[in-house]
Amino acid sequence: MNELFNEITLFSVVSLGAIGGVAAIILFMVAQKFRVIEDPRIDIVEGLLPGANCGGCGLAGCRALAEAIVKDESLEGFNCPPGGSDVMQQIAEAMGWEAGEQTPMVAVLRCNGTREFAPPKVQYDSAMTCTFAHSLFSGEGGCPFGCLGCGDCVRACDFDAMYMDPESGLPVILDEKCVACGACVKACPRDIIEMRKKGKKNRRIFVSCINREKGGVARKNCKVACIGCGRCVKECRFEAITMENNLAYIDYNKCTLCRKCAPVCPTNAIHELNFPVRKKKPADTDKQEKNV
Amino acid sequence: MHQLKTFVIGGVHPPEKKLAEKQPIVRLDPPKTVSILLSQHLGAPAVPVVAKGDKVLAGQIIARGESFISANIHSSVSGTVAKVDGVPDTSGYRKQAIIINVEGDEWAEGVDRDEAFVRDCQMSPEEIVSRVKDCGVVGLGGATFPSHVKLKVPKGKKAEYLIINGVECEPCLTADHRLMLEKGNEIMAGISIQMKALGVGRAIIGIENNKPDAINNLSEIAREYEGIEVQPLKVKYPQGAEKQLIKAVVGREVPSGKLPIEVGCVVHNVGTAFAVYEAVQKNKPLVERVVTVSGDSVRKPSNFMVRIGTPVSELIEAAGGLPEDTSKVVNGGPMMGKALNDISVPVTKGTSGILAFPGSESRRPAEQNCIRCARCLTVCPMGLEPYLLSALAEKQRFEDCEMERIMDCMECGSCLYICPSGKPLLDYIRVGKNRVGIMIRERSH
Repeated sequence: MNELFNEITLFSVVSLGAIGGVAAIILFMVAQKFRVIEDPRIDIVEGLLPGANCGGCGLAGCRALAEAIVKDESLEGFNCPPGGSDVMQQIAEAMGWEAGEQTPMVAVLRCNGTREFAPPKVQYDSAMTCTFAHSLFSGEGGCPFGCLGCGDCVRACDFDAMYMDPESGLPVILDEKCVACGACVKACPRDIIEMRKKGKKNRRIFVSCINREKGGVARKNCKVACIGCGRCVKECRFEAITMENNLAYIDYNKCTLCRKCAPVCPTNAIHELNFPVRKKKPADTDKQEKNV
Repeated sequence: MHQLKTFVIGGVHPPEKKLAEKQPIVRLDPPKTVSILLSQHLGAPAVPVVAKGDKVLAGQIIARGESFISANIHSSVSGTVAKVDGVPDTSGYRKQAIIINVEGDEWAEGVDRDEAFVRDCQMSPEEIVSRVKDCGVVGLGGATFPSHVKLKVPKGKKAEYLIINGVECEPCLTADHRLMLEKGNEIMAGISIQMKALGVGRAIIGIENNKPDAINNLSEIAREYEGIEVQPLKVKYPQGAEKQLIKAVVGREVPSGKLPIEVGCVVHNVGTAFAVYEAVQKNKPLVERVVTVSGDSVRKPSNFMVRIGTPVSELIEAAGGLPEDTSKVVNGGPMMGKALNDISVPVTKGTSGILAFPGSESRRPAEQNCIRCARCLTVCPMGLEPYLLSALAEKQRFEDCEMERIMDCMECGSCLYICPSGKPLLDYIRVGKNRVGIMIRERSH
């Protein structure tokens, strides 16, 4: 019995070993023949990137960005919005290149048509997707430019930086979590969300309205619409504000955050974020509360 | 009596609720102001030829359709042009419109307003087509496709049948039904004019058998005309859709993505036949149409002959005012119509009905998960898989949507009607159709 067992064991070990040896040689030869030579730096760069695959750089994920960076041998023209300057600096150090300075950006919602300011006239009960609502009608409040409140942007955000405020019916952007990947900008069918410079101490001034209708018409649907009166344009000494199609736009590259434009806006459409409370309170007080 | 015919695949039978079918058509007086939209038809918007302050007469051309698929627009009233400006249309978006303050009711020269019936038409086919084009006639079934384009048979194709759509398969709507009862002679004359323009020998009027009086009336008149017959059809929604009607009446199937002329058919609505009669025999442009105002709690469900551009609110007022329990006002039929944002929007050439529904009827059930019952598959008249298309569109897989033939969907809403889980199937399919349409256009560029 024991002998028989030994014989079988010996036979199995020898034959399997032989098969294994042959297979190993074949595999080794195949691996030699079909070897993919990859730059090891790609892995290093990919390891430094955040790994969120958000597509904010405009490429298909972090691996694609790493490949592109290594291929170009420079950081020129590449930008990782979630990683920001830090990550680019690290990559530059690891590769031994120079890194350019990056301006941190953040998403801002250019609509303040809350339930209070733009009271709903109708109730929407179809599919909860902005794309469809946009093709169907002008919106519950009636503004054909304003936020539809179905939350396509919130669903598009991979960083939990947005949520829907059930009270106002508008999305809220969390500055500290927003990495400016731009997914929400692409998701919004009405182009309400804009990427703006984060600004010193997170301070920002922007027109929170994109309604291009004439003043009276815009005002009919929403109390805080930009009516295109042009007072902010006159007030601005830095030519940062332009008026086009009944709508003011503040150029964040020219704006010096002097805050002169906000108090003159008759409809409170200009928002200032993260500024200290004004010392002398102007007539229209609730600016700070409105910040979204 | 003929045997009842119908189409084969799918279809539903919602409650008919033809509340206004016994109400004769009432002609409404022109309102104080009308807003006439420049885009009341499929295709490019018309270009205005009048300016602020101009005096216009009813029936006078005020905007010209200049591209191939477009239609002329005429003033429906006499008065002064107040402005050319954006007014909210049924979707709430502002569209360009000509707003006219009404003064009196004078008609442009050459328009014969005599009600007397003129049967014989001496015009040549080319003259008929150009007259229909001049008078801005569009398909009055709802799609508002310019009629003159449909009356010209493309080269290399041959029309065998003219199919007249008197189906009116949408619940509640009775505008075509009343027209068939009251203007039977005119419709018949219109059909024979259309036959002459197309050069076809046979016309078949398809009517669902829930309108026996219309079937009898038109069959009676059809005896005097050669080649026109009436085909009663079994009641089934969406029989009024072009492809379904062709299948029901002549048993031919229009291939996917092709037009009815491919199988030798041209389809026109009874309302269009009447408009063609008025255009050709009376030289009267399309400036008024029949609109049904109905709904369970509307005090006086009615059929009105109204001028294009009249605010919807005036129609509702004429039907006894907006009921207090109204929660939804729908423009069009309950199956394919769209809820209105605002009842001050104007009537257009495509407005077939205005329906007011109380909350209990208009509210959608809460959305639940798909239980894979496949009812949407059994009712889809195009043989599509609505649950799949909807899910693919929701997940933004638009290439797959195209593979699953999403563009064949005609948005009849049967799937949405039948779904026991209350899923907004059609909403997502519309998103998908929209995106796939953009994809196809981009590819062809």
